[in-house]
Amino acid sequence: MKAEQVVPAGSFFMSGNEACAEGALAAGCRFFAGYPITPSTEIAEHLAERLPEIGGIFIQMEDEMAAVNAVLGATWGGLKGMTATSGPGFSLMMENIGLAVMTETPCVIVDVQRGGPSTGLATKVGQGDMMQAKWGSHGSYEIIALSPSSPQEFFEQTIKAFNLAEEFRTPVIILADEVVGHMSEKVIFPQSEKLLISSRRFTNLSPADYHPFQANGNGIPEMVKAGDGYRIHVTGSTHDYRGYPYMTAEAQANLIPRLVQKIRGRRNELIDVKEIDCQGAEVLVCSYGITARTSYYAIEQAHSLGIKVGQLKLNVVWPFPEEIIKKWAWQVKAMIVPEINMGQMVLEVERAAAGKCRVVSVPHPGGDIHRPEVILEAIKKSAE
Amino acid sequence: MTEEILTQNHPLESCLRTERFPHIWCVGCGLGVALGAFASSLLENKFDLDQMAVISGIGCTGRMAGYLKVDSFHTTHGRAIPFATGLHLANPKLKVVVFSGDGDIVGIGGNHFIHAARRNLDLTVICVNNFIYGMTGGQVAPTTPLGAHTTTTTYGNYEYSFNIPLLAAASGATYVARWTVLDIIKLRKSIQEALNKKGFSVIEVISPCPTLYGRLNRLATGVEMMKFLKEHSLFKREAKLEEAAITDGNQIVVGKFLDIEKPTYLEMYEKSVGGKIKQLKYEKILAGEESCPEC
Repeated sequence: MKAEQVVPAGSFFMSGNEACAEGALAAGCRFFAGYPITPSTEIAEHLAERLPEIGGIFIQMEDEMAAVNAVLGATWGGLKGMTATSGPGFSLMMENIGLAVMTETPCVIVDVQRGGPSTGLATKVGQGDMMQAKWGSHGSYEIIALSPSSPQEFFEQTIKAFNLAEEFRTPVIILADEVVGHMSEKVIFPQSEKLLISSRRFTNLSPADYHPFQANGNGIPEMVKAGDGYRIHVTGSTHDYRGYPYMTAEAQANLIPRLVQKIRGRRNELIDVKEIDCQGAEVLVCSYGITARTSYYAIEQAHSLGIKVGQLKLNVVWPFPEEIIKKWAWQVKAMIVPEINMGQMVLEVERAAAGKCRVVSVPHPGGDIHRPEVILEAIKKSAE
Repeated sequence: MTEEILTQNHPLESCLRTERFPHIWCVGCGLGVALGAFASSLLENKFDLDQMAVISGIGCTGRMAGYLKVDSFHTTHGRAIPFATGLHLANPKLKVVVFSGDGDIVGIGGNHFIHAARRNLDLTVICVNNFIYGMTGGQVAPTTPLGAHTTTTTYGNYEYSFNIPLLAAASGATYVARWTVLDIIKLRKSIQEALNKKGFSVIEVISPCPTLYGRLNRLATGVEMMKFLKEHSLFKREAKLEEAAITDGNQIVVGKFLDIEKPTYLEMYEKSVGGKIKQLKYEKILAGEESCPEC
């Protein structure tokens, strides 16, 4: 799809949250529903001004459950939609993220993470929603989640999130954090013709031949929108290929493995890990989001001390890149996992490393980023 | 001469998913009547079924969307109205109807109901009120009358109930009516009015649940419940919101409580936003007319 130039090409100095909002517009987002919550609010504020300029719709809903549902409704109305929130709102959205998974409704949910649990540190950074993004809604499902480390990445990953949502017909989560959301730095918007934008895959079939949940070869059904004359039924209940509820183990067995497999089966296309100085390294720092940025400094310091240390920067956190972790686990002494929570993704690293190397958690309860010395200390100890 | 009117097909077939019948509702339940009245109203008034969407939440009434042969969405518990909000704003040409139960709309989804009314979104909400949570086995609802027995008020209900017409009107709806499932002709007419109404229209449909509400309150059959509704409801040509409360010993007033004109959400949006957008924000910045606040 040729992108309309709604986001001007050029260099801008802006915050991560604003870059996210612009990324959404560049990706074709024309509907945003949200509820104010620190530290994500600037995304809503920015889109409240920008969407009407380009014929899109902004609505501030009464709560986050309403916000995510309005996005789902707008998606079935034919638009690309997004909502943005932080921890408490993300918790409220969980049930309806499951609805999006079950009804295969493409949409983007941005979680600018802050310190939790509960109200926690409303204005300060956290990375404590990593596992919630994967497991937060009830039942078995797979999710795609990205994690930006800079405003530029926030811009780019928002576009990517919209593309993946359409390609996989699934909600895509962006697990940003307060520091990435609020830091301002240079963001480069490319010419629109350089952007790859995935359009919704609408069916060419006639209403008589079309079944809304009849998957084709890749396990992903084509879509229609309300008002096209297909008179579809869409339900969050277990359903058959026609979208009709079926309360049987057999219907569940036909549906759920397909929903899971459409993501699991294409893990290799989804996984995105930046492998920096890994060759010959004794220690790898495995990190994501703002903590990947904090790690750079510690790694540089370690290099100057002559320690062979590399980095695995997770741009996509779900699905988890277990093959890549496994590959390197054979070749290094230790993997260090700094994260602004009390140890979440480290569990996945441990699982994937499967005892082939030491896995060291460098937790942080939130409210601030790691001091690089703490990560450096862990590197030094692990290299001994 | 008599005319042959028997056909092989259901008379409302063109707007019902008859392949899904038999439906899940109990003998004596009023939901089939409400569904029939809605479908009849659509056909009688020749609404374009391709341009109509029905959204339901969860519960017995939540199954309504699934039986209607229009674009239909069965969402999560309480969230039919925000889903409908997004759909309506994405495609304002659609007639978007929320058809769900009392527990769904004024219980778990109560916040969405009052806010959608406040915004005067161009939606129609048909709330079937059977005074109880039916699908889960008969628990107290925000609409259960004082003193009524449910599985969670075994000593009799001691919570005050919502007055749905008054709640809708106070929150900003432009059309509010209440009928029982015995008022089929008036209900059909009212559905037509509500669908054609510009703004947030609400119809409360009082419906019997003999299986649970009835059985627990000495009205165990559909007939007994229908008789009860017939004897205890009172149609008023000019029904007043002041008499909309359902209280012990008083008749349930049915009729049209409110029918007013007020600009809708989208009209207000257009009025407020429409004229103000002359130049894109970045065009201003690029032209040097406005500095980027953080540059």
